[in-house]
Amino acid sequence: MRERNLITLVIIVVLGLFAAFIVSPIPKPEFLKSLVFWQDPRARDLQIRQGLDLQGGLQVLLAANLESSQLVTGSLESARQIIEGRVNGLGVTEATVQIQGTDRILVELPGITDPQLAIDLIQKTGQLEFVNGTNNPPQAGQVISTTFGLYQGLLYPATSQIGRPVTATETPPGVLVYETAFTGEILESNARPDASTGQIVVLFQVKPEAQASFREFTSRNVQRPLCIVLDGIVQSCPIIQDVLTEGGSIRGNYTIDEARQVATLLNYGSLPVPLKIESIRDVGATLGADSVRRSFIAGLIGLLALIIFLLLYYRVLGVISAIGLTFFGLSTMAVFILLPVTLTLPGIVGFLSSVASAVDANVLVVERFKEEVRGGRTIRGAVETAYQRAWLSIRDSNLSTLIICAILFLFGNTFGASAVKGFAITLALGILISLFSAMVVTRTILRQVLYQQSETFEARKALLGI
Amino acid sequence: MLFSIVQNRRYYFAFSLVVILAGVIAMLYNVITLPTNSPWRLGVDFREGSRFVLKFTSPVSEDSLRSAFAAFGLSNPSVSRLGAPEENLWQVRTTFLAGEQNESLLARISETIAPLDRAQSSVDSVSPQVAREVASAAVLAVLAAIVAILLFIWYSFRKMPHPFRYSLCAILALIHDILVAGGAMALLSVILGWEADVLFLTAMLTIVGFSIQDTIVVFDRIRENLSRYRGEPFHQVVSRSVVQVVHRSVVTSLTNVFVTTALLLFGGNSIRQFVAILLVGLIAGTYSSIFVAVPTLVAWEERSLLGKRKPSPQALPAK
Repeated sequence: MRERNLITLVIIVVLGLFAAFIVSPIPKPEFLKSLVFWQDPRARDLQIRQGLDLQGGLQVLLAANLESSQLVTGSLESARQIIEGRVNGLGVTEATVQIQGTDRILVELPGITDPQLAIDLIQKTGQLEFVNGTNNPPQAGQVISTTFGLYQGLLYPATSQIGRPVTATETPPGVLVYETAFTGEILESNARPDASTGQIVVLFQVKPEAQASFREFTSRNVQRPLCIVLDGIVQSCPIIQDVLTEGGSIRGNYTIDEARQVATLLNYGSLPVPLKIESIRDVGATLGADSVRRSFIAGLIGLLALIIFLLLYYRVLGVISAIGLTFFGLSTMAVFILLPVTLTLPGIVGFLSSVASAVDANVLVVERFKEEVRGGRTIRGAVETAYQRAWLSIRDSNLSTLIICAILFLFGNTFGASAVKGFAITLALGILISLFSAMVVTRTILRQVLYQQSETFEARKALLGI
Repeated sequence: MLFSIVQNRRYYFAFSLVVILAGVIAMLYNVITLPTNSPWRLGVDFREGSRFVLKFTSPVSEDSLRSAFAAFGLSNPSVSRLGAPEENLWQVRTTFLAGEQNESLLARISETIAPLDRAQSSVDSVSPQVAREVASAAVLAVLAAIVAILLFIWYSFRKMPHPFRYSLCAILALIHDILVAGGAMALLSVILGWEADVLFLTAMLTIVGFSIQDTIVVFDRIRENLSRYRGEPFHQVVSRSVVQVVHRSVVTSLTNVFVTTALLLFGGNSIRQFVAILLVGLIAGTYSSIFVAVPTLVAWEERSLLGKRKPSPQALPAK
C-alpha cells in the first residue's frame, strides 16, 4: 500500500515537472514540437494560443446568399475548403475556417493587420483565368504558373481585364509560364448549361467593355486551345472554334451535371455558393493587450491571496492543497498548449471557474477530514473516510457543471456563438483535470505526509488547523 | 443560530423577494424604455448594427465625428466617449455596415478628422439576423441547461423519498440567482448604461454552474444524514446538514471572492462589468443554496411555506 502510494507520487512529480516545462517560456527542442503531430505543422511552437479578442485580428461570418432550399448538399463544405486554401495562402497561422449551422462559414484570422486584404480574399469568388493553351495545352487537373498568378499577386484588381505580358527577365528559370489571356471578370455571371441543340453545352456572355479584346484574342487564336484555369488549376482546355465577340458556348461532351458545374464555376469562380458577409469583427492588435495584462496580474494577486488564506487556515493541509492546485494549474495550461485550445476572454473565464471548482474540491475534502478527526477518528482513518464521503459531493457537483458545458458546447457549435464554446471547452477540461488533481494528486501527497508523520500530527493537531 | 434557518424562513424569503423585485422592476423598465425591448441594454454581440471603437492620436470633437459619419449617409449615429478625455477613445454605433464600407469609412475619418491608431481601434458589424439568432441561442442554452440539471438531480436523488423536490428546489435557487444577477445588471444598465455582451452571458453561465454546485453539496449532505439519523424529524436533519457544510460554503465563497475582488480592483477595464456581475451572482449563489433551496425543501416537506412563527422548542442545541 505504502509502496504503491510512493510510485504514484513519483509519477505525479514527473507529470507535474513535464507540465511545468511545457508551460514555461523555455524554448522547446524541435523533436518535442514534432511529437504534437496532430497540430498544424506551421503552428507547432508549444505556446499558449491567444484568441482574436486577445491578440487582435479579423473574424468574418459569411452566410450563403441563397434560399436554404437551393443549397446543394456538400457545396458549403467545398466553399469552406476553398476559403481555407486561400487563407492558408495568406500565410496566417492558426487561421480557422469552420461551418456554422447549415448555411454559414466562420473565418477567423488572428493577427491580420490589413482587414481589407482578408475580406477581399474571402469574398472574391476565386481566381478564374482563361489561359492561352499554346500548341502544347496542359492536362486538366494540372497546376500551372500563369502570368496573372505570378505577377498580379493573389488579389485581382477590379479594373484590369487582361493579364499583363511577361518579359523574359521576369520569368522564373525552368518554369513554363502560361499567358493569361483574360480573367473571370470579363464574364457576365449568367453562364448556364444548354441542351436545346441536342448537345449539352455551357453558354456564356462577355461583358460589353471586354468584348473588343475578347474578339481580338479569339481571332488570333482560332483552332487553338483556351484553358479554363481556376486558382492555378487547369479545369479544361476547349478549342476556340471561331472568332467570338459577345460570348459563346463551350462544348465538352458534358453530362448535364458536369455542364452545370462548369457554369457555376464561370459564374462564381471557385466558390460553389455565393456568400454574403453577416458579421465582421476587426479587433485592433493592442486593444485588448493592456487590459489582458492588467487582468492577468490581478488574477495572480487573487490566487496568491487565496493560497495565503489556505495556508493560514488549513496549515499543513493548506500546503498540500496549494501543491495540488499548482499541479492542477500547470497541467491544465499544458493541456491547453498540447491540444491546442485557443484562449479567448470567455475561455479564460471558463478556466478561472474551473480553478474555483478545484479549490472547492480541496476544501470539501479538508473540511470533511477535520470533521472526521474531531468526531474521534484517527488521522489515517479520517483521510480515507474524508475522501470516500467528499467524493459523492465532488462527483455530483462537477457532473452537473460538465452537463452544462456539454449543452453550451452544442449551442456554441450550432449557432454563431463561438464565445460560449470557448467557455465550455476550457471549463470542462479544467474540471476533468481538477477531479484528477483533487482525487489522485492531493490524496497521494496527503497519504504520504500524514501516514509517515501520523504520530506527530495526532499529538499536535494544531498543525492541521484543528 | 444556523439551526433556526428553516424556522425563520419567512424572513429570508422576504429578503430574497425584495432584492429580486427591485431587479425585476429594473428589467421591466428596460423592456419598456429600450428600443430593443430587452431586459438589458444590449451590447454588440446581441444587437444588429456596427460598432466602431476609434482611438485617435489627437483630440477630436463629437461634432466632427458626427459629420464624418453623416457624409456616409449615417445621419444619426450614437457617439460616446470611452475612458478619460485625454485617451481620445470614442465609440460610434451605426446601422449595419459590411466589408468595404467599414474600411473606406475608417480611411476617410483618419484623413479628415484626426489620425487613427488602428492597432487600438476595432470595428464590429453584426447583421440583424445573426444578432437575433445569437440572442435566442443564448436564452435557449440557459433554458436547456436548466432542464438538464433538473433531470440530473432528479436522477441522482432517485433513491430518496420525493427526488423531484430536490431538483425543483435546486432549480428554484438557480432561478433566484439568475434573477438577482440579471436584476443587478438591469439596474446598472439603467444607471450606468452597462451593456450585456458575450462576457455577461459567460458570467450568467458561471453563476448557473456555481449555484448548482453549492446546492448539490448541501443536498448531498442531507442525503447522507437522512440515512444516518433515521429517527429525527426532517427539518432537524436538514438543519444539521446545513451546519456541517456551512464551513465549506464560507471557505469556498471566500476564496472565490478573493479572486473576483482582485480582478475587480486591479483588473482591466474590459472585464470590470463582467467581474462585478459575477461577484453579485457568486454571493447570491452561496446565499441561495442555504437560505432558499434548503428552507424551500423543508417548507415542501412540512407543507407550510412560511413555517411556524416561533422556533420549535425541541430544536437541537448547536453542537
